[in-house]
Amino acid sequence: MATKETGRISRVAGPVVTAEGISPRMYDVVLVGELKLMGEVIKLVGKKTVIQVYEDTSGIRPGEVVVDTGAPLQVELGPGLLSSVYDGVQRPLPVLRETQGDFVSRGITAPGLDRKKKWEFTPLVKKGDEVGRGTILGEVPEGNIIHRVLAPNDAKGKIKSISSGDFTVEDVIGQLDSGYELKLMQKWPVRQARPYVEKLMPDIPLVTGQRVLDMLFPLAKGGTAAIPGGFGTGKTVTSQQLSKWSDAQIVIYVGCGERGNEMTEVLTTFPELEDPKTGKPLMGRTVLIANTSNMPVAAREASVYTGITIAEYYRDMGYDVSLMADSTSRWAEAMREISSRLEEMPGEEGYPAYLAARLSEFYERCGRVKVFSGGIGSISVIGAVSPSGGDFSEPVTQNTLRIVKVFWALDSKLRERRHFPAINWLTSYSLYSPILEDWYRKNVAEDWNQVRLWAMETLQKESELQEIVQLVGSDALPEEQRLTLDVARMIREFFLQQSAYHAVDTYSPLKRQYEYMSAIKRFSELAKKAISLEVPLERISSLQSRTDLGKLKFEETMDADLKKVAAEMDKQFASLGA
Amino acid sequence: MAKEYHTINQIAGPLVFVEKTEPIGYGELVQIALPDGSTKRGQVLDTSDEVVVIQVFEGTGGIDRSSGVKFLGETVKMPVAKDMLGRILNGSGDPLDNGPPIIPEKRLEIIGAAINPWARDNPQEFIQTGISSIDGMNTLVRGQKLPIFSGAGLPHNDIALQIARQAKVLGGKEEFAVVFAAMGITSEEAQYFMKDFERTGALKRAVVFLNLADDPAIERLLTPRLALTTAEYLAFDLGMHVLVILTDITNYSEALRQIGAAREEVPARRGYPGYMYTDLASMYERAGRIKGKKGSITQFPILSMPGDDITHPIPDLTGYITEGQIVASRDLHRKGIFPPIAVERSLSRLMGQGIGPGRTREDHRAVSDQLYAAYAEGRDLRGLVAIVGKEALSDRDRKFLDFADAFEDRFTRQGKDEDRTIEQTLDLGWELLSMLPTDSLTKIDRKFIEKYHPTVKKK
Ligand SMILES: Nc1ncnc2c1ncn2[C@@H]1O[C@H](COP(=O)(O)OP(=O)(O)OP(=O)(O)O)[C@@H](O)[C@H]1O
Ligand SMILES: [Mg+2]
Repeated sequence: MATKETGRISRVAGPVVTAEGISPRMYDVVLVGELKLMGEVIKLVGKKTVIQVYEDTSGIRPGEVVVDTGAPLQVELGPGLLSSVYDGVQRPLPVLRETQGDFVSRGITAPGLDRKKKWEFTPLVKKGDEVGRGTILGEVPEGNIIHRVLAPNDAKGKIKSISSGDFTVEDVIGQLDSGYELKLMQKWPVRQARPYVEKLMPDIPLVTGQRVLDMLFPLAKGGTAAIPGGFGTGKTVTSQQLSKWSDAQIVIYVGCGERGNEMTEVLTTFPELEDPKTGKPLMGRTVLIANTSNMPVAAREASVYTGITIAEYYRDMGYDVSLMADSTSRWAEAMREISSRLEEMPGEEGYPAYLAARLSEFYERCGRVKVFSGGIGSISVIGAVSPSGGDFSEPVTQNTLRIVKVFWALDSKLRERRHFPAINWLTSYSLYSPILEDWYRKNVAEDWNQVRLWAMETLQKESELQEIVQLVGSDALPEEQRLTLDVARMIREFFLQQSAYHAVDTYSPLKRQYEYMSAIKRFSELAKKAISLEVPLERISSLQSRTDLGKLKFEETMDADLKKVAAEMDKQFASLGA
Repeated sequence: MAKEYHTINQIAGPLVFVEKTEPIGYGELVQIALPDGSTKRGQVLDTSDEVVVIQVFEGTGGIDRSSGVKFLGETVKMPVAKDMLGRILNGSGDPLDNGPPIIPEKRLEIIGAAINPWARDNPQEFIQTGISSIDGMNTLVRGQKLPIFSGAGLPHNDIALQIARQAKVLGGKEEFAVVFAAMGITSEEAQYFMKDFERTGALKRAVVFLNLADDPAIERLLTPRLALTTAEYLAFDLGMHVLVILTDITNYSEALRQIGAAREEVPARRGYPGYMYTDLASMYERAGRIKGKKGSITQFPILSMPGDDITHPIPDLTGYITEGQIVASRDLHRKGIFPPIAVERSLSRLMGQGIGPGRTREDHRAVSDQLYAAYAEGRDLRGLVAIVGKEALSDRDRKFLDFADAFEDRFTRQGKDEDRTIEQTLDLGWELLSMLPTDSLTKIDRKFIEKYHPTVKKK
């Protein structure tokens, strides 16, 4: 352990403080001023140390003391993370409220993991077993999962002793021959990626229950997706939908520089919801990191690292983790703000020149990997992007798109007409589609892909036809093309639109998605045949089954209704004389 | 007694640089004594062993190298008291109304600490403003921050005033108050607000802060924070429901840009500082509710979009922080429609939490979704009609076109003193929807159509 060195403050400019008299390493945590505000070393120049402070620096003056802790910014990893609500540097918000009241005041720290709570530990290794980094030492039931207690990175040797029973995170649960003490808790520096054995192909979808995503632009477990969109287009709602419904085992939700009321909404709705997979309370698989826009920017900058490190920890146990970062633009802005205080040479729009590097380092930390504990784990990252002026050509969006494989483009025009989720089906893409085809074929339906392609083509054709309609009106089109317009409308209004707020519509299992789109496809085929027999389109469009297809998604009995409507549909077309 | 320094070595725009001081705290309040005997106030922006940088609220005019600089040893505080209700203060918080001095019950930091997200209570009480395009389509709830995005010459003040006059929580009889902060608006505009407050008796329940167009620009950075600190005191100490009107955020942002430029900071877009998002958030996020506390803060910031451009950094960053926006439309205004609220561009993100059975009415969500969809469709058709003529439209399309006109004319348009109940608003929505073929009402559950649709429902 490095000894704690002390020095003095020579300058305070907002969140950036300069100190003299200490010689820390880059990214060491230092305590600033009499209030002991937490900060991190971000630059060393000559004898000066430049520190970004995670708390408001009002009232701090030159001459006050700084203490180098000798350790980088770390998070505590161990049982007790699930259901927690942290700020950007892993301070538990409920504890802060208890100790300091309704407003976040300064200089208070609280450990990330509860020191008093006891966990029931069952060892899976015995005396004499050889262990190394990532070896599963034993298990602890936590939230909705079994928490696998992993040997820390630097643990290597034979087990000398190991106990079972109830322990706090600091209790010694065993020892190695070398005298190395094993505990339920370990620490990890947030800016350093946790190691794994190797990366694997992400060939299993992260099922989200959101029709437009699963059917048209799927994300793989271990994949990366960006959701850019102007304000109010649906980034947060989409991120929240994914954290509620995606079939990940662990969800890390990072509210990075966004609204306080949104975190409250998560905190009030999540405990009432069930994990769609296990039926247990949703909070039991979730870690929330809430560093809202009015909380200190330096802590906001750190929040995504705190989040991804916790994600890696659960990945290392062999779980599928998904991490939502809302919004990565606020993170980028925090970097910009700190960089500008450092008077660094700016890149585009004032962002630091290393913006692209930081973004890709972050997204590189996800993936589907073989882990040291033997299994396979994954981290999928969904990053919201808030482009200034809603203009996707700005640096954060552009640099993100160069890295991620899935692009869910939110569109203000769609939002204005309340088409939700406002994901533009013409500009969005998923590079995972071809890799995932096989999985869908085996696990949902043989012709999943044909149905998908048919839908995409119909929407594409619609957009071409729309251009003509804008010039001459739809009456000038032949019946068959007007039918294409009508079917595309069915795809948009019935299938693509999905209300996050409707009890039934909010989540749609894959099988149901497939049946739904197939029914629309079937309608289209029957209609085409009818038109070739000169049945007027008006009559086809006013068939009861068309109306029913639009409404059944709101019914509890949707699956049965779909079957009924499909059967009715055939009869109704037959009665048209087709 | 604080020591006075006469070591100013540079004055640039709103900034004063002072050398050879004892250690001075970041954010400390500063008093500068001018040669003519007057004093100005400022705040420390940067402090080091060598130099202290001060931003002067009242502008640097008249300050010279020999002016005396005193550091007051504390950050800016606001004296607050219940007696402030009914008072008119200037942009720095001093009385303007010749009334007695305010005896403070507390002195509070004006840079409010962030509400711990864990301590926040979910805002979900429906506020009825009596304006259909808000209540029906972009419902406001207590604790929300909902700005009005407007443009030069549009009647945003009338909209804000109508809301302030009519806003109520159904069945509620709690104490409420209005905190009004003017930043750089003309005295004529300020008068307009004051007259209305007087006319309706609202002034008795209001605290007014006035920084007018000819007041110092940098003071504008202070005014909203004084107002919000007062609002927090009224809401969370005294348990009142406080409506805060901040106008005009555009002037505030200009002052922020001025400081950034004076400090030679690297700007982000259009010369505005890179931290403008964070800065605006530090005000807007001071709306909300706290668990276990009676009061609430609901914010109505007003901003004029330069060149009616919603992508301009001021409305853009605001929209990213607030829980929606009410957008005033020049088109509707030209058509003579008041309030000219463009529902399609407006949004209330907390609407879902404030509506539905027990809050407004069970059919609220469905009716509003359907009105949106139908209005959007009708508006699209207007473009087409301009090219191909109304005759080329199908029967169905013509109905949508007529619907869009009727929607603007009857739903959006209403009198300045017309206070519609939520039932009236929703019933009006149904009446308009009945102009459309029933099978095109795809967003509404059958059971609601049978219960509320004027021509379908069973009498
Ligand atoms: N899937 C959906 N179903 C229903 N409504 C939706 C859906 N997605 C978005 N909305 C509506 O759009 C509003 C804005 O969405 P959201 O808050 O997610 O926007 P955002 O992109 O996160 O905006 P900001 O960048 O300002 O945070 C929501 O409050 C809701 O009314
Ligand atoms: Mg959002």
